[in-house]
Amino acid sequence: MGRRILFITTDQQRFDSLGCNGGTIARTPNIDALARNGINYTRAHPQNVVCMPSRSTMVTGQHPSTHGVWMNGVALSPDAPSIAATLRSAGYKTALVGKAHFEPLLDPFQLFAETRMAANNVFTEMYTLPDGTMVPHRGFDHMEFATHGAQGSVHYAQWIRQNHPEALGQFFTVLDHELEVSAVGGGDTNAPQVKFNEVHREWYHTDWVADRTMAWLDSLDVNDDWFCWMSFPDPHHPWDPPKSELGRVNWRDLDLPEGYPTDATMRENILAQKPAHWAKWYDGSFVSNYEAPLHWVPATLTPDQVREVNAMTHIENELIDEAIGRVLKMIETKGWTSDVDIVFTTDHGEFQGDFGLLFKGPYHVDSLMRLPMIWKPAPSANVTPAVVTAPVGLVSLAATFASIAGLPTPDYVEAPALPLSDADAQTRGFERVLTEWDSILFEKIIGSRTIHRDGWTCTQMLPGTLHDGTEGELYDHANDPLQHVNLWNDSQHKAIRGDLLADLRSAMPQQVLPLRPVDAPV
Amino acid sequence: MGSIRRSQHIKCTPEKAWEIIGDPSRLHEWFPIVSCRVEGAKRWIHLANGLVFEEDIVLVDNSMRRFQYTIVNNPIVTQHLGTVDVIDDGRGECIAIYSTDMKPNVLALGIGAAANHGLTKVKKILEGTL
Repeated sequence: MGRRILFITTDQQRFDSLGCNGGTIARTPNIDALARNGINYTRAHPQNVVCMPSRSTMVTGQHPSTHGVWMNGVALSPDAPSIAATLRSAGYKTALVGKAHFEPLLDPFQLFAETRMAANNVFTEMYTLPDGTMVPHRGFDHMEFATHGAQGSVHYAQWIRQNHPEALGQFFTVLDHELEVSAVGGGDTNAPQVKFNEVHREWYHTDWVADRTMAWLDSLDVNDDWFCWMSFPDPHHPWDPPKSELGRVNWRDLDLPEGYPTDATMRENILAQKPAHWAKWYDGSFVSNYEAPLHWVPATLTPDQVREVNAMTHIENELIDEAIGRVLKMIETKGWTSDVDIVFTTDHGEFQGDFGLLFKGPYHVDSLMRLPMIWKPAPSANVTPAVVTAPVGLVSLAATFASIAGLPTPDYVEAPALPLSDADAQTRGFERVLTEWDSILFEKIIGSRTIHRDGWTCTQMLPGTLHDGTEGELYDHANDPLQHVNLWNDSQHKAIRGDLLADLRSAMPQQVLPLRPVDAPV
Repeated sequence: MGSIRRSQHIKCTPEKAWEIIGDPSRLHEWFPIVSCRVEGAKRWIHLANGLVFEEDIVLVDNSMRRFQYTIVNNPIVTQHLGTVDVIDDGRGECIAIYSTDMKPNVLALGIGAAANHGLTKVKKILEGTL
């Protein structure tokens, strides 16, 4: 028997949402305990700030330029490397329960395995490797999918349709009649993508993901080695947690987030310092990417709407923490606890009102890039708890899982296993973390490359619809933790900018061309 | 308007490619659908997820090797024109091109994915590598 791995992800969760990271609203005792008894990474970044590229990085250990999922809607190749396949080859039982999203969700022709599995209500699909070997899709013995709500071709939607059809219409309808991300408002404040959801808490996808995870774990022999990816769709919008839970956080009691400038002129002045796509999104004149509602103008966002979205998010985060607690209890009951490593993180962040914005897009600031990431090594490994401040990325997860399993670092990964301490990080060269953005949505083209190093975040915009390649962002986190002051054009910071850009160009993998096709908006 | 274009070079004569690509009733042989039915200038295609798309055949030009159709009576699609061309590459082989212009814009991406899949398959059929 080796060390088992419980990999827990959420979707679109901010670093500061957890008690262990300074959060004061949502109660997250189970995740906080993981941090207290494990390693809490306080500067973890994704390699892309939307779902598909970020999740593809988790499973491949590669940057988007290498794995080829350069924007949402681009499918990860079925023969892309997978840490699940590597672990399975070493004898691990493997499962992914919840949100996968390595392939487009909008797939009317059922071209992709994730869609087909759910449509056929099966939990694996065999794939033939170039050498003729048959393997389960992406190396998972069991895949059972959920996403945001009860629509689409995912197992959770099938389950709701079959068992609780009365709940179908209770969830927020994510897409509008033009198949664009809906801008419809609700709740008390008419905030976009907020809805009072009458669904029973036990039927909500957060609890379903935990229930199905426990069902899979319960199917295993007590002596099995296993890798289980439990992937919660929340707190990603829509913000429609069960109405029964709304009493947990009253939005009227919330202070506005520190990152939300209450004065409109101040907001506009901050955005005006940044490359043009920021202000043009804010005023509604240029919506570059599908992840934000096409027909919603951020400048219309009110302070009360910010409060309500935040309250809904805190509630969803509490439900996730409680669901995690149930799974950990079950693991304890099975007698596995001393040999189980638990890794908790998310795929990207959320504005939640910062800069007067919601949702996400080509904006490389802490709101979207600074992630919660916690690794609680198995107690049997005797690893000393630590806080790691060195920059790390999701790109290190695959190598970390291999190291937990006692396997050599796979040759396909682009980053080493996560450090166990800051001293370990220094010894092993964890100095920088990189993030990429590319999107081509019909005639709107945006691209950027970002490095975070030594407390600086530096982003170079690539030539595109709004930019000629000379624009960028430079933030000094020590003196400007909210990234309100863009130093890109400040002559006093020319040297650090040049140094960071040189490092960025040197460290960033060359993009594999030709680009894989965009097969869906998401 | 959502506009996409996908293409494949195929190692066969344009005439041979047009035999299958230009026949509206043979769409299911290469495009990722379950079946199709043609009656006069109407076609119905059946998707694996149970959806049925009703289409008007706009053009079958055998001399130019161009096929055009439009999705009609659909609750989601408000505007659509699909065009499939088979073009002589000048060396005795051909290029098959599938274009779609439609609203809702984003649905064009899904049809583009299907077109890519279909063109890859028809290439294998015609080159005998399927």
